[in-house]
Amino acid sequence: MSAVAVPTKPWAKRPQERAIGISFFLAAIAFSYFFVAVTEMKGKLAYAFVFFVAYGLFTSTFSFINRGPQAAKDSFVSTVVSLGAVVTVIPIASILFTVIQKGVPGLHFGILSNDMSMATSTDPIANGGVLHAITGTLTLVFLALIMSVPIGILTALYLTEIKGRFAGPIRFLVQAMSGVPSIVAGLFILSAVLYPITKSFSALMGALSLAILMIPTVARTSEEVLLLIPNDLREAGTALGGTQWRTVAMIVLPAARSGLMTAVILGVARIAGETAPILLLTGGGDKVNPNPFDGSVGSLPYYIWKAFNAGSPEAITRAWAGLLVLMILVLILFITARALSTRKISK
Amino acid sequence: MIQTPESEKAMSSTQPSSLASVANARQERTHASTATGTGLEARGVHAWFGKNYVLKDINLEFAAGSVTALIGPSGCGKSTFIRTMNRMHEFIPGAAMAGQVLLDGKDVYAPGVDVTKIRLQIGMVFQKPNPFPSMTIGENVLSGLKLAQIKVENKDELLESCLVRAGLWNEVKDRLDAHGGSLSGGQQQRLCIARALAVSPQVLLMDEPCSALDPGSTLRIEETIRELSDSMTIIIVTHNMQQAARVSDYTAFFLSDGGPGEMIEVSRTSEIFSQPKDQRTENYVTGRFG
Repeated sequence: MSAVAVPTKPWAKRPQERAIGISFFLAAIAFSYFFVAVTEMKGKLAYAFVFFVAYGLFTSTFSFINRGPQAAKDSFVSTVVSLGAVVTVIPIASILFTVIQKGVPGLHFGILSNDMSMATSTDPIANGGVLHAITGTLTLVFLALIMSVPIGILTALYLTEIKGRFAGPIRFLVQAMSGVPSIVAGLFILSAVLYPITKSFSALMGALSLAILMIPTVARTSEEVLLLIPNDLREAGTALGGTQWRTVAMIVLPAARSGLMTAVILGVARIAGETAPILLLTGGGDKVNPNPFDGSVGSLPYYIWKAFNAGSPEAITRAWAGLLVLMILVLILFITARALSTRKISK
Repeated sequence: MIQTPESEKAMSSTQPSSLASVANARQERTHASTATGTGLEARGVHAWFGKNYVLKDINLEFAAGSVTALIGPSGCGKSTFIRTMNRMHEFIPGAAMAGQVLLDGKDVYAPGVDVTKIRLQIGMVFQKPNPFPSMTIGENVLSGLKLAQIKVENKDELLESCLVRAGLWNEVKDRLDAHGGSLSGGQQQRLCIARALAVSPQVLLMDEPCSALDPGSTLRIEETIRELSDSMTIIIVTHNMQQAARVSDYTAFFLSDGGPGEMIEVSRTSEIFSQPKDQRTENYVTGRFG
């Protein structure tokens, strides 16, 4: 006779344990309502706060009675850790929720095909659109990208592959550069390039300042990624008779490809919604500007800022819609980059 | 070493060592070697890592077409020594060396020598299999050509012949487009051997090529080494004394007594395992220490 084994989980919580857990949860919710009603406290945050304190107290007291002080500490700490996780997620979820809630009414059929050149801030929502802002933002990001990605990756290669004499100071400067406030980058380009040389707003000016902000992000992330590539591979390439450049180009960079793509994504994320230098340098037109090297150019941050400033109910709805479009745009850029980086190498 | 009744018997008759039975495992060459060049020679090689003196005055000759095993306890400088042969030693920051390494009579450390050419002539297989992760099996084999920018007439033919010589062709011929990482450890190591063969080196250095592999893969690679020894000079570092006995013509014993590693003895493999001249060699090969 051989017994048929049934897979069980002896460590799983029994139904009554689970019921106790749920009842504590419900009790804490009830207590929070009761407590807020009785005391002077007001608002959603008060409920959340009281709920967490009550839940922590209930569960740790229960553990203390049943299993002693160590178990009480354990359950208290796990409540605090969950609290931390929830507190982190709340602002992000809240932002997403608010932007979607307020942005959706501003969406309409022609929003991606019209610009604001023939619409004023008090026109109905269905007039105008964000075409000029999207093309402007894409131009700015693209120009900043082609300037900062090569520079950033070459800097990372210097720091990890060449390890030259200046690696230490350069690493320090790159780290310091990543803390440069965006307004400083904007004012720098304004005073160093726009006023003395070009004397006009353009997408290029904006992209230059964005590149200053993007280079340190790309360089630092790329450096970390390249440091993860095992030295074995560099040795193998060198032992096969490759020069250092051939080894880096053929083996190290392809092996680091998806990580480098992440570096670029982080760089784009850093600059896509950047506003301060854009306000200073691009002039923010209402029309699609096909020339990136001359003339005012609109962009989503500028559009949002301008619409909020206009103040009319329609303009504010437009601003929220602009925010939504910006978020979706960044999301699309992320997904595209992810897809590109994980795609199999095909010949 | 495991002492078996058979080896005891062999010892009692003619051979003084318990390893006599494995020492004769390698069969004598039945046909002449086709290896090119006049081999490799180390003359007075010393090596340092920073202030750490790791290798002292090594003089060794490797005849063309021979297989030489370097044995000795960990940390006695065997790997450092073979890395000085193809100038991979200088890859480590703080490394320094003295002495000469002669390939076909020419010093590889002479001024003006193209170090990438040296590494093409003296190939290397590492302890840990390290196929290039971004390349397919086929691309891995031919990667040396691309790295060194060598043009080849018939790539497919070369690909096949390298994989055949490395003993991997039958296992991968239908999936040359798969990634190198999809192979087992032993297959990966043979892929690395095939990769080293593609640039047709005169000398192949192997740094404990089987230490991370199971016995079956080890056996397969030893067969490969024996086949390759017909056409090239091979230097293999190993901790496995039976392996040294199975594959090598000559064996050199390295030892460090706290200071820099030194070469204690070099001889025909059968002699090292049966009649070592130095007491320390005998202690090591009979498993009394190390």
